[in-house]
Amino acid sequence: MSTPAKRTHWREGLRHFPRDHGLSKKVLLNCCLVRRIITWASPNKKDSVEDELELSAVRHRPEGLEKLEAQTRFSRKELQILYRGFKNECPSGVVNEDTFKDIYSQFFPQGDASTYAHFLFNAFDTDHNGSVSFEDFVMGLSILLRGSVQEKLNWAFNLYDINKDGYITKEEMLDIMKAIYDMMGKCTYPILKEETPRQHVDMFFQKMDKNKDGVVTIDEFIDCCQNDENIMRSMQLFENVI
Amino acid sequence: MAAGVAAWLPLARAAAIGWMPVANCPMPIAPRDHSKRQDELIILNVSGRRFQTWRTTLDRYPDTLLGSSEKEFFYNEETKEYFFDRDPDAFRSVLNFYRTGKLHYPRYECISAYDEELAFFGIIPEIIGDCCYEEYKDRKRENAERLMDDQEENKDSKLPNMNFRETMWRAFENPHTSTMALVFYYVTGFFIAVSVITNVVETVPCGSTPNQKDVPCGERYTVAFFCMDTACVMIFTVEYLLRLFAAPSRYRFMRSVMSIIDVVAILPYYIGLVMTNNEDVSGAFVTLRVFRVFRIFKFSRHSQGLRILGYTLKSCASELGFLLFSLTMAIIIFATVMFYAEKGSSSSKFTSIPASFWYTIVTMTTLGYGDMVPKTIAGKIFGSICSLSGVLVIALPVPVIVSNFSRIYHQNQRADKRRAQKKARLARIRIAKTCSSNAYLQRKRNGLLSELLDLTTSEEEQQHLNKSTSLLESQHHHLLHCLEKTTSLSLSLSLSLSLSLSLAVSQAHEFIDEQMFEQNCVESALQSYPSRSPSLSSQEGFTGTCCSCRSRKSIPLPNSSMSTTHTHTQGLQELSALHIQCAEQQGHSSSRSSLNMQPNEVGRFNCRERQITTAIISIPSPPAPIPEGDGHGPPNPGPSISTTASSNIVKVSAL
Repeated sequence: MSTPAKRTHWREGLRHFPRDHGLSKKVLLNCCLVRRIITWASPNKKDSVEDELELSAVRHRPEGLEKLEAQTRFSRKELQILYRGFKNECPSGVVNEDTFKDIYSQFFPQGDASTYAHFLFNAFDTDHNGSVSFEDFVMGLSILLRGSVQEKLNWAFNLYDINKDGYITKEEMLDIMKAIYDMMGKCTYPILKEETPRQHVDMFFQKMDKNKDGVVTIDEFIDCCQNDENIMRSMQLFENVI
Repeated sequence: MAAGVAAWLPLARAAAIGWMPVANCPMPIAPRDHSKRQDELIILNVSGRRFQTWRTTLDRYPDTLLGSSEKEFFYNEETKEYFFDRDPDAFRSVLNFYRTGKLHYPRYECISAYDEELAFFGIIPEIIGDCCYEEYKDRKRENAERLMDDQEENKDSKLPNMNFRETMWRAFENPHTSTMALVFYYVTGFFIAVSVITNVVETVPCGSTPNQKDVPCGERYTVAFFCMDTACVMIFTVEYLLRLFAAPSRYRFMRSVMSIIDVVAILPYYIGLVMTNNEDVSGAFVTLRVFRVFRIFKFSRHSQGLRILGYTLKSCASELGFLLFSLTMAIIIFATVMFYAEKGSSSSKFTSIPASFWYTIVTMTTLGYGDMVPKTIAGKIFGSICSLSGVLVIALPVPVIVSNFSRIYHQNQRADKRRAQKKARLARIRIAKTCSSNAYLQRKRNGLLSELLDLTTSEEEQQHLNKSTSLLESQHHHLLHCLEKTTSLSLSLSLSLSLSLSLAVSQAHEFIDEQMFEQNCVESALQSYPSRSPSLSSQEGFTGTCCSCRSRKSIPLPNSSMSTTHTHTQGLQELSALHIQCAEQQGHSSSRSSLNMQPNEVGRFNCRERQITTAIISIPSPPAPIPEGDGHGPPNPGPSISTTASSNIVKVSAL
């Protein structure tokens, strides 16, 4: 380890170096340029080191059981079961989007669930870091299974609002609808027509958009859903999933 | 659905809440989970080694044994665990399958044992993970080949009803099945050799008259050679026609390689007969004579190695093709280069590119005749590059071909080895089997004695008798006894004992003798039933309990020694001493007759048999061997009793 004195001495020497050896600044710059070209030409080396760092950082360990118990509405035992299942599938402790898409697609073999899985992933990944950790997973489940109706509707709104700006536009809703219909696949009865998602979106907006401004806000959404009996009833459907 | 994914089903279901606001129709009712048990640990006791896992882990695959209610059959109430009497090492992979969703095949495990374990636990082997699937399939294929080879051997055995054609075909394909076939095989081999040697010697210059230059033998002794040729072609033609006649599928036979070789071998002769003395086509005639050399390929029927070589070349066709292609490419390149390099020099032999081909080939295969050499410096440089690259190009595909040949050759060796081992193995297995059947008959005799001795058999004696046989044995013997009662026949000892004797004593003479032995046994009993099973054979009409005078312990040897003393005059064949007890008296004790057949039938049989036995051989005095037998084991007064009961003991020696 060089002491500060040594370092200044070295710097002095460095300053004198070009003068002593007839090298000009230009030459040195050129050398730097050459080195940069070389590193650009062989990008792998640099990336591999970074990749390794990334991988080791990705090994995620969740917070303690007590903390999670406090934050969610699951009991200790339920959290244990959930974690065991989660860790079994994802030994590294986090799910990235591709894995999530794979897993979700297995439940819908007849259609293409990747688009919807993408939206779902974004809904679970609350801190938007590209991976769903066990905390995100368990928080999401807590809301969905043990939350109040308000919270659930909030979650659903969050899912539909793709760019998270607080408004659901028709385009966003159309994307979601198309993704849902994609999951059904090609072989349906009656045959899926091109305009069916659009019609469905129009129906939705007709119901939800009270002030007809083309977007649905969170309050409109919650109000409308709370007044709809069907929706209220179906919200209670998955109470006993865990 | 994979296991781990099942763990995510709650997530998928919870996320379905996202569809609710956009749904038009009401949702169906969710299934209720009635058995809302807390997840518990299950203990699986596999041959003493305890495995523990969560119940839900096992429930992931409900169509297997552990995942369904089938495991309740194995539940042990006292210890509250599931007990499986299977191999714990193999169970490890089974349980890991439930845990991780991937089934792995451990390399140290025998393939059939592993298959059995999977079948027991209801897991199909197709879900073995990609990492282990190739290994599994390879081992399975190898095993199947092995079993198939064994089965093919069994097909060799003579089927009872084969017509003349089939017999002939079998004789052609497997020369060692009958002497005629063997003779034919050697004769054809001899004539092939003669024909080939004739062709060769024909061209040797032999002796010359002073004013003529050396004349090849063929022209000197035309008649002799012509006769020899005719004879060979006759034999070949006859052979070909016979094969054609005997072939099960004539069309397929005519398309096979060997038959084409046969045809090519004999055609030139006939064409030559047709076209003699026609000067114009004599050139073609000479060419045809070349084809006669293909007769040498007929040897491949006689040589296994040749066939393997041919098969190897066929299977390495792609490698050979690659070799040829790359060589051609290199030849063209280098020939062009050499031609242009040598163009400048005068009196160069490289007159054209095709002319340079010869130089390139000779150089690349490192032959180097030296009839064409480059003279310019550039030519020499390129020539050296050419020879170096030639070495490389040729060396590349050769290891592939060699390894293929080695694999096929070793496979063949293995097949031969297995065939040789199989005979010895079968012999040993048969001895073991006959021991068990002998045990039954031994016991029967003792049972007979115990009934005879006394009706009030004391407990100790009973136990003494039963002690030596396990419960399993005694139950088995009881079963055989019941069968006897059902069919009112008795089990006899004839072939089984004789086989065991012959095998035990004469090891040098294996199965040919045994078969003849069998045949003779059958003939001697004057029945025409095929008795194939070497173990217990209940033969109609051939009744009577047969006891052999032997001790319980050493089964074949004392008897064999006894029989050899009586049969040394017989030479190779072994005797089995069959005592046929015939209870002539009608009013004999019921216990005796209950063991034998109905007395009248016995009597009938007796009359027939007696004549035969005296004709075959007479062992001097029946009592003589009996004391020997007596000396060996305590409960042995059987024969003496029978003599006192004045029934005739007739010994039949089965030749």
